[in-house]
Amino acid sequence: MADPVVIVGASHAGFQIAASLRQHGFDGGITLIGDEPVLPYQRPPLSKDYLSGKVGFDMLLMRPDAFFREHRIELITGTRVTEIDRNAHRVRLNNGDAVPYSHLVLATGARNRVPPLPGIELAGVCYLRDLAETETLRDRLSVARQIVVVGAGFIGLEFAAVARAADKPVHIVELVDRVMARVASVPTSQHFGEVHKQSGVEFTFGAQVVSIVGEGHRVAGVELGDGRRLPADLVLVSIGVVPNVELAGAAGLEVGNGIIVDDHLLTADPDISAIGDCAAFPCRHFEGRLARLESVQNAADHARCVADRLVGKPHPYTALPWFWSEQGSMRLQIAGLTIGHDAAAVRGDIAGGEFSVFCYRGDTLLGVESINRPADHAHARRILTAERHITPQQAADPSFDLRAAAMAR
Amino acid sequence: MARVTYISHDGKQKKTLDITPGTTIMQAAMLDGIDGIVAECGGSCMCATCHVYVQEDQLAKLPPIGPDEEAMLEGTVSPRQPNSRLSCQLTMTPEMDGLVVTMPEYQT
Repeated sequence: MADPVVIVGASHAGFQIAASLRQHGFDGGITLIGDEPVLPYQRPPLSKDYLSGKVGFDMLLMRPDAFFREHRIELITGTRVTEIDRNAHRVRLNNGDAVPYSHLVLATGARNRVPPLPGIELAGVCYLRDLAETETLRDRLSVARQIVVVGAGFIGLEFAAVARAADKPVHIVELVDRVMARVASVPTSQHFGEVHKQSGVEFTFGAQVVSIVGEGHRVAGVELGDGRRLPADLVLVSIGVVPNVELAGAAGLEVGNGIIVDDHLLTADPDISAIGDCAAFPCRHFEGRLARLESVQNAADHARCVADRLVGKPHPYTALPWFWSEQGSMRLQIAGLTIGHDAAAVRGDIAGGEFSVFCYRGDTLLGVESINRPADHAHARRILTAERHITPQQAADPSFDLRAAAMAR
Repeated sequence: MARVTYISHDGKQKKTLDITPGTTIMQAAMLDGIDGIVAECGGSCMCATCHVYVQEDQLAKLPPIGPDEEAMLEGTVSPRQPNSRLSCQLTMTPEMDGLVVTMPEYQT
């Protein structure tokens, strides 16, 4: 019997390719290897409903235990892959086992960026990426009296919204001058910053944390570059992630900011693919330049593309990227990649908290951010996927029929 | 008892689940491992991949379509029909006992 497809990483991308292979009738073996000791689960609710206690872990599961048995997916949990032997077509596990593969899918994801700060090891310095971190954070949040968040990205802001809802004081320290600067336009940033301020979040922008201060082994605060000290008994570090490329790199595959793959998500080795957060791929919606995206959509669509190839229906990856975030009463949905835009047109009512920002570079519509305007988002996805043009004037004109533009054939 | 029957798009597979009130029809399908509902966003009404067609004569049993659901139904991959709903927005109640939903051919 042929060796199985081996998938390294059992989060969104890894789970999805296993499920998609079976859905498309793939009959060979599938081995799914994850380093966490639990069944594959959904990560987005960790920073939202799971952190706030609204849902339990069983609601986070991708599928029940029986699904893996019934679909003949061999799930190996709590286990790391330590080495890829490309010549022998097998991977080595940290328990000493070796698993042969016919095709290897790297879905190794990313890990927290940990700043090399004095005091970073103190108890009470938390992260929010996986289940174990979220459980630690939730326990500490329940008894926290003063919270500092380092980094005003999606994760830091989603956490701040949950912490404020529990009436905890939150102070966010951000290196640059606005929230979500890496992913959001200025109008969207300003609105989110403003609403978080109104809900009681304090911000210090343009500031760097230079050390984390402790009392004994416990965190007591952070010290900023200007010498200021902010007291805290809980510090969330949310300054982004680094892709897990070491396994691929050690096997001689090309890595940079991600494992480098072609437009079919294949590495230079015809028997190794990379998908999800760890993969740097030429992105159709980024002028064909290499992109490495961190989102459920990217993970799941990558997985489906490679599953198609493995069942004999190869096609280039062309899916439109989209993202979402929920922060208190604000729902942000982003269609397309807006990075590098030089003009923005606003549709809707910023003061009323329901608007979309159409982001352009020159005449080209790059992407659309929708805040509590889900219909705009649905329409924007169709428009961007079809590569239709909407002018900034049309976008900003409330009488312009966006739905008709989206639904036109 | 609050039962829902899920039918695959080609009608070949049929499964009835007894669902605890308060759970959504999407969640129950995921927990049971029913194929045909993707629920990529995990039930946040962000993605339209938990699309179902509800048996026509049962539509009145359901809560009305909210603005977010209405918007995301615009983006379903299989065509939206008058009986289209997002199953993450259908929280089970005893009154919905006997509901029959059919999955669309494509969710993504």
